[in-house]
Amino acid sequence: MGTDNKKGLFERGEAMEHSLRELYISCGYRPYKMSKFEPYDLYLENRSFVTGGNILTFTDTDGRLMALKPDVTLSVIKNYRGGQQKICYHEKVYRDTGSSHEFREIPQAGLECIGAIDRYTQLEVLTLAAQSLRRISDRAILDIASVGFLNGLLADTGADAVTRRQLLAFLHEKNGHSLRQLCERQGIAHAAAVVWQELARLYGPASQLLPRLRSLCLNDAMRLAADELSALCGLLEPQEGVTVHLDFSILQDLSYYNGLVFRGYVPGLHTGILSGGRYDNLVKKLGKNAGAIGFAVYLDLLSQLPDAARGLDADVLLLYGDASEPADVMARARALRAQGLTVRVQREEDRGRYGRVIRMGGA
Amino acid sequence: MLNIALPKGRLGEGVYALFEKAGYGCPAIREKNRKLIFESPEAGVSYFWVKPSDVAIYVERGAADLGVAGKDILLEYKPDIYELLDLNMGRCRMCVAGPANFEDDVSRPLRVATKFPNIARGYYSSLSREIDIIHLNGSIELAPLLGLSDVIVDIVETGKTLLENHLAPLETIVPISARLIANQVSYKFKNPEIAAISAAMEKLVQEADL
Repeated sequence: MGTDNKKGLFERGEAMEHSLRELYISCGYRPYKMSKFEPYDLYLENRSFVTGGNILTFTDTDGRLMALKPDVTLSVIKNYRGGQQKICYHEKVYRDTGSSHEFREIPQAGLECIGAIDRYTQLEVLTLAAQSLRRISDRAILDIASVGFLNGLLADTGADAVTRRQLLAFLHEKNGHSLRQLCERQGIAHAAAVVWQELARLYGPASQLLPRLRSLCLNDAMRLAADELSALCGLLEPQEGVTVHLDFSILQDLSYYNGLVFRGYVPGLHTGILSGGRYDNLVKKLGKNAGAIGFAVYLDLLSQLPDAARGLDADVLLLYGDASEPADVMARARALRAQGLTVRVQREEDRGRYGRVIRMGGA
Repeated sequence: MLNIALPKGRLGEGVYALFEKAGYGCPAIREKNRKLIFESPEAGVSYFWVKPSDVAIYVERGAADLGVAGKDILLEYKPDIYELLDLNMGRCRMCVAGPANFEDDVSRPLRVATKFPNIARGYYSSLSREIDIIHLNGSIELAPLLGLSDVIVDIVETGKTLLENHLAPLETIVPISARLIANQVSYKFKNPEIAAISAAMEKLVQEADL
């Protein structure tokens, strides 16, 4: 894992942030700093894109309702001024998270590429996602899926909006039995019903499952999407320790994404740490004529990883007592530090992790 | 090793019997002692009992790879988990219940006592009916008897408790049964093991259905 953090200069998230930034800059992605606040309207109009319901708002001095940014992508698109824009960022976003319903500051790193998105660009972003996972853990899974494939399936399914939402929700749960019941209840054609249930079960290495996906196609839109996914997977160079799996349960809201979507997982965390995809629809909704692809890494989750790598608090714990002269203590500590050691000086031993303990007079 | 969270109580014992029949038995679990975790290295599983309403939390947060939870809990708390299988056990219904001759006075909000406020809110919002939720933690049937609420939203198994208290199920919201659930990340990293256990359980459930 490419982080040089021997002296514990950075906490885990900071060290990873540096490592990822170095990776993205090496591919020419320009660091991008954005404002902490945005007008609330931006999020109100694109509410379902911003995951997690509530947004922290405040009234600015000029009376405008502002929000602490709950999301980075919308700000990046808003600032897009044409051409090919490749940027990387490390930002803090503010969201109410999950069951606790409390606002939290979430550090996020990631990259966005806006402009003409061709196969090479998608390959580059997917590769960087895989390399990001590799820097976080020596074992990772990158799940991929295609929104185009599902839109093709929905066209053949022909259900109303409520049923479509339910179908997608059950697919997200890999809930094959409820998909079957819903298809029966709604009189969905047998061919489409079978594909929904198959998709709920379809999970495993993309290279093995893509032919199976091709056999599930009911129309040209699905075939086109399956072929595009196969072409991308065929071009993706294997990253040691990262396996690419096919998984359609990673899709939730189809209104903003169009082609490729992906999500990254590492062992030891209960949820995905990386999420991204192609979001041309969102860019167009914000009035810009361009395609876009990007991903975010949720750095807050790093603190939940098993702490095998936690190092020493200091190489040496230097203890002194009443009989120690302050000047002698200073000199001793200085001499040890001159040997390249980190030294912590105090009166009493504590529960910290130290390489060794040196006691001076009276300690 | 797969960690499996089982719901304490009668349902949990039935569910464990199903795991055992599927080839994932753990003899230690039948011993009378105060142990909290029961391991069977031979079967590659480890079981622990938790409060039924907590199973989904253990699974969502990855402390358990698999678990068995009632659909009522999944609908109420909406954990982000995979629902792999309907085990067809612990079957009952989520119902609106009240006095048998109850007539809804639509000129005022309906007072609904329940342990499941999200399910109740979702159901009445689908009917565009304004309600006043009274969140209780037990003895829900008491609420309409004492005039605390007009109706209740609760699980009905046989309807006997309702009948004894001169209440009746009025509407069925959704059928309930036990579901095999999995943590999303465990499903990915322990996929062969989880797929095998899920397939073995599915076979048993289908056989029982025939």
